[in-house]
Amino acid sequence: MPSPAILSLRELSVSFGRGADLVEAVRRLTFDVAEGEWYGLVGESGSGKSTVLRAISGLLLHWSGGMVVAGEPQRPRRTRRFHKLLQMVFQDPYGSLHPRHTVDRALSEPLAIHRIGDADRRIDRALVDVGLDPSFRYRFPHQLSGGQRQRVAIARALIVEPRILLLDEPTSALDVSVQAEILNLLRRLRGEHGLTAILVSHNLAVVAHMCERLGVMQNGEMVEEMSVGQLRAAAPQHPYTRKLLTASGGYDRQVLAAVGETA
Amino acid sequence: MTAYSVPQVRWRSWLLSAAPQSRIQARLGNLYLGWLSFLANPLALVGMAIVVALLLMALFAPLLAPGSPYAQSLTERLLPPSSEHWFGTDELGRDIYTRVVHGGRVTLTIVLLVAIIVAPLGLAIGTAAGYFGGLLDTVLMRITDIFLAFPRLILALAFVAALGPGIENAVIAIALTAWPPYARVARAETMTLRESDFISAVRLQGASSMRILVRHVMPLCLSSVIIRVTLDMAGIILTAAGLGFLGLGAQPPIPEWGAMVSSGRAFLLDQWWVATIPGIAIFVVSLGFNLLGDGLRDVLDPKQRR
Amino acid sequence: MIEPAAAMLEVEDLRVRFHTRQGVIDAVRGIGFALGREKLGIVGESGSGKSMTGRAILRLVPPPGEVAAATLRFDGRDLMTLSEREMRRIRGKRISMVLQDPKFSLNPVMTIGDQIVEAYRLHTGAGKGAARRRALEMLEAVRIHDPERVYAAYPHQLSGGMGQRAMIAMMLAPEPDLLIADEPTSALDVTIQMQVLAIIDELVTSRGMGLIFISHDLNLVASFCDRVLIMYAGRIVETCRAAELHQARHPYTRGLLASLPRIDRPVAELPVLKRDPAWAV
Repeated sequence: MPSPAILSLRELSVSFGRGADLVEAVRRLTFDVAEGEWYGLVGESGSGKSTVLRAISGLLLHWSGGMVVAGEPQRPRRTRRFHKLLQMVFQDPYGSLHPRHTVDRALSEPLAIHRIGDADRRIDRALVDVGLDPSFRYRFPHQLSGGQRQRVAIARALIVEPRILLLDEPTSALDVSVQAEILNLLRRLRGEHGLTAILVSHNLAVVAHMCERLGVMQNGEMVEEMSVGQLRAAAPQHPYTRKLLTASGGYDRQVLAAVGETA
Repeated sequence: MTAYSVPQVRWRSWLLSAAPQSRIQARLGNLYLGWLSFLANPLALVGMAIVVALLLMALFAPLLAPGSPYAQSLTERLLPPSSEHWFGTDELGRDIYTRVVHGGRVTLTIVLLVAIIVAPLGLAIGTAAGYFGGLLDTVLMRITDIFLAFPRLILALAFVAALGPGIENAVIAIALTAWPPYARVARAETMTLRESDFISAVRLQGASSMRILVRHVMPLCLSSVIIRVTLDMAGIILTAAGLGFLGLGAQPPIPEWGAMVSSGRAFLLDQWWVATIPGIAIFVVSLGFNLLGDGLRDVLDPKQRR
Repeated sequence: MIEPAAAMLEVEDLRVRFHTRQGVIDAVRGIGFALGREKLGIVGESGSGKSMTGRAILRLVPPPGEVAAATLRFDGRDLMTLSEREMRRIRGKRISMVLQDPKFSLNPVMTIGDQIVEAYRLHTGAGKGAARRRALEMLEAVRIHDPERVYAAYPHQLSGGMGQRAMIAMMLAPEPDLLIADEPTSALDVTIQMQVLAIIDELVTSRGMGLIFISHDLNLVASFCDRVLIMYAGRIVETCRAAELHQARHPYTRGLLASLPRIDRPVAELPVLKRDPAWAV
């Protein structure tokens, strides 16, 4: 590990329901993310990858295990300082912006909450930063395309200058050409702001493009952790990771005969 | 023609601009779009015309009907409609037209007071219950259920009987019985909003629950509450009229429409106008609020928007 | 242009247009293609008109949309001139459609079995017993291992992959000649996606059906279909063999392909599609 961990999870478990309906969404998950590192969490729906992000972000209050962020052990309730340190971008750009709030309002809200002054200049700069013209400032979400909305969501996350970014499938609701623009934007912002990030995705190619390391989750457990180099070398050990890797290569009747039937 | 249309077109394009330059322009543009879809609904316009007419009538009552609604003239009892007394006179020889016009003020007062009490109360209780959930939700909703379990008019009757008759007490009684549906509506809306990503996003920005409720949740529930209030107006007017009719609302000689119907019922067969004219007033105003409410729902409720 | 030997569906100058308050929107602007017993992919981004094309063939464009076409011929019949009643006989029986999310296309208060039986009897007039046997047979054909359980299940009791399989079973039970699948696997996980595709592939191939596979996923279409139409702004910009999609010539297709991150080929920055207004003309 190049530098000390800015975020570490020890045996994180999350369960929903009780009694017979108990579902263990995340089971004893342990991993570290170093300062400046981008870490990918890969898995299919129900694997618990998004639940992990919700627990880290503070949206989920009932989890157990250890969580240390920037040297501070975290409890379910977070401080305002924590929210300035860590921000999140959601999957659905249509659902993550308040339908009645203009871009201006969406961006001034975090500034007001954290009592950061100089809002006017900061908002214009945040828009330029994510590649939007300041003329977008007074538009409503319904006047924006999916890609533009996601840029606004990224601007909103970054306007409080966090050190850690949680990205929950940030491009899976977008067209591929727009995905490329957003991924490029995130990579540029990473360089400019020295961000650390956890990127959750079902798309191995996106994770390989954005991250250095990744963890593969299945049924709430991490089945394998590896570097992107290992992934590129097609060297995953776990059969599930291999299956994911094969499936992401497109449809192939022959290969499918070998892996498809095991599910 | 062209002289008019040029600035008109400029205003229009400014309002409908896809790239507003200021907060004001963005807000006005949004209002204008709502107004356009409202204009597309002729019945809603009729409703609005009626409600505006009621407002103007109440505002300019002394001008529209210069006489006193209390002036009695026992020599002119129970006169049929004529050029002198447009709607006729009642059993004490009072001009019914004057009383109906002035009665609009009473009705409007009751309706507005009820709305001012009920909407914020229901909104606050409903959003709090929906957002926080758990014990608070259970307690607040059971209280709501208790109030919902009583028939409205009966509960209002009980309150008035306890507090004594009069307009203020009628307002309090109606408000106490009218808030539960608002709390229900606001709670249901809040519960779906609570799970949405944009509310999660403000939570993650570190906003307090109060801030989220007031600045993010309530404005979105407001439109359903406004729709509900408008649609409820008819019911409130009818309840007020009902209380008046039973002698528990506005007290004589106040020209309240329900009380007027009540006092006219003794002469219904021979002097039909005494009870019918205020009855028509109640009917028209209730209809106006209902039509307006339906129109507002089409404009404000995004789920119904095409 | 590569034309199939025997066309079952011929489309010429198909247009879909929406009249809205903001003005007229041309969703599909004069496209033409022919389809034989093959797997034809239609790829494009959102707003390219690919879904509207699929719906227009079945004349299922929602109002205020309008469909116009010089030719819209299926099996020798002009679909544009058929009455709504005659269209209903074609929909489901001769041409079926599978949509993205089974949650929205299955009736939540009817069991899977009842839905398949109802659809099958509606189109074939078969008896109850025969329809039930057929439903179980179809559930087995989509590789559901315990068809009896799924037959009696309600849609919410099934996973997304199971629901989509049941949907396919229902759509294929009356043995249509053409299946239009609009993003049939996009809501599913990749591994499940592959299984569902294998089922569609097998059924379409073994029954000699035609398939129109509408998708945004270029790699998937390239590996699954025989032929691909690439749509942009309501037009077909390119037609090619699926296997040759990666040698596509049109700058739009090339741009789309290039913008995909790839596991085997790391790049510092993804090439961004530069849209040329000339493409949309």
